[in-house]
Amino acid sequence: MPDPKIDIEHVARLARLDLSEAEKERIRSQLDAILTYIDKLRQLDTEGVEPTSHAIPMVNVMREDEVRPCLPAGEMLANAPEREREFFRVPKIIEE
Amino acid sequence: MPTIAELGARYRSGETTPTQVVESYLQRIETLDPQVRAYLTLTRESALARAEATEKRLKAGKPLSPLDGVPLAIKDVICTKGVRTTCSSKILENFVPPYDATVMVRLNAAGAVMLGKTNMDEFAMGSSTENSAFFPTRNPWDLARVPGGSSGGSAAAVAAGLAAGALGSDTGGSIRQPAAFCGTVGVKPTYGRVSRYGLVAFASSLDQIGPFAADVRGAALLLQAIAGHDPLDSTSTDIPVPDYPAALGQGIQGLRVGIPSEYFIEGMDPGVEKAVGAAIEVLKGLGAKTEKVSLPATNYALAAYYLIAPAEASSNLARYDGVKYGYRAAGGKDLIQMYGRTRAEGFGPEVKRRIMLGTYALSAGYYEAYYGKAQRVRTLVRRDFQQAFERVDVLACPTAPNVAFKLGEKEDPLQMYLCDVFTIPVNLAGLPGLSLPCGFTQSGLPIGLQLIGKPFDESTLLSAAYAYEQATPWHARAPALP
Repeated sequence: MPDPKIDIEHVARLARLDLSEAEKERIRSQLDAILTYIDKLRQLDTEGVEPTSHAIPMVNVMREDEVRPCLPAGEMLANAPEREREFFRVPKIIEE
Repeated sequence: MPTIAELGARYRSGETTPTQVVESYLQRIETLDPQVRAYLTLTRESALARAEATEKRLKAGKPLSPLDGVPLAIKDVICTKGVRTTCSSKILENFVPPYDATVMVRLNAAGAVMLGKTNMDEFAMGSSTENSAFFPTRNPWDLARVPGGSSGGSAAAVAAGLAAGALGSDTGGSIRQPAAFCGTVGVKPTYGRVSRYGLVAFASSLDQIGPFAADVRGAALLLQAIAGHDPLDSTSTDIPVPDYPAALGQGIQGLRVGIPSEYFIEGMDPGVEKAVGAAIEVLKGLGAKTEKVSLPATNYALAAYYLIAPAEASSNLARYDGVKYGYRAAGGKDLIQMYGRTRAEGFGPEVKRRIMLGTYALSAGYYEAYYGKAQRVRTLVRRDFQQAFERVDVLACPTAPNVAFKLGEKEDPLQMYLCDVFTIPVNLAGLPGLSLPCGFTQSGLPIGLQLIGKPFDESTLLSAAYAYEQATPWHARAPALP
């Protein structure tokens, strides 16, 4: 298993979390302790063991592709932090 | 306080009315909840309106189900149409779902009366309900102590008589551990037994909704109402739901009970060990045949869980981006900055920790070593149980290695995680688990006995639990609230 020294800047960027310097320091040391504990998994031989993603066997569930009613747009927009007409409003994405 | 079955009987005999009962619960909440703090939101008006509707049905001699008019508390991770659903997070503080979770549709159709939404660890991440962004809930048996978590509000509400029953969710022990800490019955059904539609996702391959009640029959009645296939949840299983209350009272003569040696560990509370040992003797006295079994991968389950659950959470919680619902931070000059600030301001410390851990475990270069490894360990955990269940019908063990601890006592995240060491393997294997009271410590704190069953065999768990409950006095005890 790789060295559990976590690149906190990189992971925070991937997770879209603008952590403060104090938070980064705290989380780094906490995750190091947790990952050190997790390292015990190395002791267990899992050679040739299949991974389990779901405990109960899962198969794709298919249904007819039919048009069904959905929730009205007004209700779906009711929780939006910012909206304009029937759209979610967001800060600009593309540089001018 | 009356049990769920007793309430139904009193309604039918006319001894009391749903309105009287709902009013008395609301009154009790007003008096006691300022100390316990089980509820985040009360739904007083709709509860009284529902009680009135039950009353009309009772007068017509047509109750909808044994739950008609039964007042319940609902964990705030379950979507309730028109009623704020926060997950005890700032990021969802003002979120009002436009739809009901399937379990709510079913409870409403059964006539149950929701009193309100209960406090929890933020996004169900925690074992003490101290991770709520709003306030901690207190244990009704000792207000200086935690109720367990993450469904601490639901467990405390039932223990304090602030609801006749409740729903919680269990990803790594979040129903069973608070049930043990609060001296109630709590059931985590088999993965796929109860629809997750409308349950705010934490770790989708582990999450299940389940009931809390003061006694086993109440838990059976609640499970009956919520169990069953749902086309809206592709992971819900399409197999018939047995009659759970009918399974009670069958006795446990000849039941084969396995005692997993890995669940009696050094460092566990001696009071817990003693009470669970005595409970196993009671089961023997009732005709069960006990034998020792070994689940060797148990020692690795917690470590595997703390990769799998955070990995799934980091993906599930990506949806909180300040766009479609929930909190949005002010002042982001572009979309990426808005995302980062919204999530940094909206999530609490434990949620951030787990998002970071999960993101790391899934990131390029680490995926196979961490997440892949954990999934293989998950296979071994599951295999252990399968082998044990070739020889026994149920497993009996402690629900938690400890009893309710004091608020603020476990500041180190890893120490908190270790509270779930006996409940986590059950989620990894997708099995049903039940916790019920099996005694008290010398200082009067409840202790939980955990029963673990074969997939979809909740009936055997409930019938074993019922036999034990009927033979012991624990469920009759109630906390003395000031």
